[in-house]
Amino acid sequence: MGARAMGARVRRMEDPSLLTGRAVFTDDIHLPGTLEAAFVRSIHAHARIRDIDTSVAATMPGVFKVVTTADLPADLRSVRVPFQVPNPAITQPFQQRLLEDEEVCFVGEPIAMVLAGTRYQAEDAAAAVAVDYEVLPAASDCRDALADASRLCHADSDNNLCAEFKLGYGDASAAFAGADHIFEVSLWSHRGAGLAIENRAVVAEPDTLRDVVTLWSATQSPFLVKQNVVDMLDWPADRLRVIAPEVGGGFGPKTVYYVEEALIPLCAMMYDRPIKWVEDRRENFVATNQERDQYWEMALACGDDGKILAVRGTMIHDTGAYMPWGIISPYISATTVPGPYVVPAYELTTRVALTNKVAVTPVRGAGRPQAVFAMERLMDRAADGLGIDRAEIRRRNFIPTEAMPYSFGLIFRDGKPMTYDSGDYPRCQSEALALADYEGFENRRAKAREEGRHVGIGIANFVEGTGLGPFEGATVRVHANGKITVYTGGGDSGQGHWTTLAQLCAEPLGVDPSDIAVEVGDTGKIANGIGTFASRIAVNAGNSVHLAATSVRAKAIKVASHLLEAAEEDLDIEDGRIFVKGVPEVSTTLRDVARAVRGMPGFSLPGGVEPGLESTEYFSPPQAAYCNGTAVVEVEVDPETGEVEILNFAMAHDSGNLINPFIVDGQVQGACAHGIGNTLLEWMGYDDDAQPLTTTFADYLLPSAPDVPRIDMVHVESPTPNNPLGVKGAGEGGTIPALAAIVAAVEDALSPYGITLDDVPIMPGRLTELIDDARARTG
Amino acid sequence: MADRRRISVTINGDTYEREVETRLLLSDFIRHECELTGTHVGCEHGVCGACTILLDGITARSCLMLAVQADGHELLTIEGIAPNEEELHPLQQAFMDNHGLQCGYCTPGMLTTLLEFLRDNPDPTEKEVRIAISGNLCRCTGYQGIVDAALDAAGRLREEAKA
Repeated sequence: MGARAMGARVRRMEDPSLLTGRAVFTDDIHLPGTLEAAFVRSIHAHARIRDIDTSVAATMPGVFKVVTTADLPADLRSVRVPFQVPNPAITQPFQQRLLEDEEVCFVGEPIAMVLAGTRYQAEDAAAAVAVDYEVLPAASDCRDALADASRLCHADSDNNLCAEFKLGYGDASAAFAGADHIFEVSLWSHRGAGLAIENRAVVAEPDTLRDVVTLWSATQSPFLVKQNVVDMLDWPADRLRVIAPEVGGGFGPKTVYYVEEALIPLCAMMYDRPIKWVEDRRENFVATNQERDQYWEMALACGDDGKILAVRGTMIHDTGAYMPWGIISPYISATTVPGPYVVPAYELTTRVALTNKVAVTPVRGAGRPQAVFAMERLMDRAADGLGIDRAEIRRRNFIPTEAMPYSFGLIFRDGKPMTYDSGDYPRCQSEALALADYEGFENRRAKAREEGRHVGIGIANFVEGTGLGPFEGATVRVHANGKITVYTGGGDSGQGHWTTLAQLCAEPLGVDPSDIAVEVGDTGKIANGIGTFASRIAVNAGNSVHLAATSVRAKAIKVASHLLEAAEEDLDIEDGRIFVKGVPEVSTTLRDVARAVRGMPGFSLPGGVEPGLESTEYFSPPQAAYCNGTAVVEVEVDPETGEVEILNFAMAHDSGNLINPFIVDGQVQGACAHGIGNTLLEWMGYDDDAQPLTTTFADYLLPSAPDVPRIDMVHVESPTPNNPLGVKGAGEGGTIPALAAIVAAVEDALSPYGITLDDVPIMPGRLTELIDDARARTG
Repeated sequence: MADRRRISVTINGDTYEREVETRLLLSDFIRHECELTGTHVGCEHGVCGACTILLDGITARSCLMLAVQADGHELLTIEGIAPNEEELHPLQQAFMDNHGLQCGYCTPGMLTTLLEFLRDNPDPTEKEVRIAISGNLCRCTGYQGIVDAALDAAGRLREEAKA
């Protein structure tokens, strides 16, 4: 049994149903009498709506109703998305309405919803809804948005600055004044979209007799959806049950809540019909949140020895037209900069710009890849400027392992002082360098040069706050038939929660993980929950399962001691049997204990215990658990075509104790692939009027199998003292340093041309342009 | 009024006779008319590959075909790959053993694409596998588990063929 619990490479129990097509995703739900929805969305980035004419659409075949603002209950026509995470720095917290009929602020903003017998009929009618727009100037690039108040994102505002904040500690000015060397960079980081292969999807089933509606949604956070829908619609909480069935990938954008998730259950109740809406890919490109542009102006002050004295600068963050997740992403960016290094003084001013684009909320990495890019570019510049090896300058600046836990004066997004709980940054880098054969690289470079090839190597380190609270609960229940079920709130979108949580439940209960069912993502199954994002489930739900299973074990032993008339300390559990140590024939089973505590009318419960062999725990971490890692990437660049080939990608990753390395390996590999895409392929283009330019997979390129190498990885395990299992999150670590390491490697490969790379993504056309310029300069 | 035709399509050995609109996509026919929802739709423009099925043994993107074009043809979808209710096909088992799937959404297209590929190329190199699935997008796995699964499955299938 032990070989299948914590730390074991257990095969995923999720797989058989997914591999045979039996798994049920939202669009797989077919309810009789369902109306299918299609949306009329704004075709302009910014416009005033003069008129919406639904008269033709309403009479088209199969159309049940064309819903506009005017069809909504009067008190819901102007209601806006609840403001999730307030922050005093936010001065203009614009939020979306259910449907817009006055001013649309991004291409894709919903104006009307057509309900029809089939999706085909609904789309026919949506195309026949005539919207009369008065086009307004649109804010596109976030730098221009702050500089030019004539292109306002919202017409009733007088500027596009919606938040400004300064973070830092120490005396950066003094450090810069006295520094031997100052290095500066101007950077543009672009991230693109989350692009789960399953688009968003919603099915609402009303039950007007019982006054309840069941909402299936392809969401990472069914509890946040429920909370927001009932708040926005002013419904009693009991009216709504939200279920996240199988979810085909999340990557951040499915964390937040969208107006479709309120509008559809509302209309399902109003019209007493089930309603289904499945987002199509173009809608996903225009109406599902993205995370993208940040401009950084950064400077690093250091001594002759390369030791950092201070880092300071400014950053502009593009938040899109609305801010449902407040300033979480730029705040995380701002707190990620110092990373694993001793930075005695730090100062960053962040300005958040409204632009006429779909809202920005976290995508895998959540503001960190950009910040790591900024810090690591500064480290590379300093190394090159001082003639110090790029690995060596980092080594000189690492926070020493013996300094853990380490605080340095920043407040993280959880409101707690940033205290790195554990980690061995020097070891992580040296493990990654060894994995990458960094020592042997110059020989490889020399050999490549002889062959006329351009190879380069890049290094990036990161620290990531994972496992954020407030909590994620778990109920562990042994049913009266002996079956065991774990219930938890966060949905699964590929992380393998069933397997991982079953492992954690199995150990204290002395059963095999395969004996345990895990039900995730259903607000009807556990009272409270949050969701699957911010690399938080292993820490929050994992520890809750561990605590609940441990408490069920204690209860089972207590009741068994009464049933067997043996002392509790003499009992043990194995394979579902509770027995007297040394006398295994004196035993009972978890099933019999569960039946005993179900109770018999008129009799007391054994040992005065509470009924039911179950326990619910809500583990609430005292603060984030800080994961860290190092990526070392070797590339070859073809200067004629600008093609970048990743020859080797080494990753040392420390997410504390591993519950299931089989699954963690997959998370790291996938996260690195996401970073590779962000760096080399993925560009979410908008023109000067904020019209999206890349709305198909033919225009916006995702990495495919030949683009992603096998990631060579090593796990360093520095357990956190902040939770009983010593675990940290592992879902995003691979994405965070990939950008900085790949760009550094490409720059290194092109060192004969003297090119510096400060913008991402670095696509072939951009590289050949820079190479051509360099050739022209040098003649 | 939309043009309708009566069609008969064999999917995984079962015959489905339906009257459908001529514009109905094959992917929607399979998923919503026949309620075989294991085939997934990710882009509806033929790039992501999630909807890939085998049409008379040849891979086809069911989102780029009309249902009426499949009239009289035999389809294989993910539901028809396993030999029976209890067992997995060696390719499916290899996916499970090599962590070849996370969310499972791209999996139906990966499996059908690889079934065809391994039939035509039973002893592929890693590079050949990568090229074979280069028209199937996966956002979760970073592909390594899928590539390893394909190579593992190739070995298992060669063993099976010998036996």
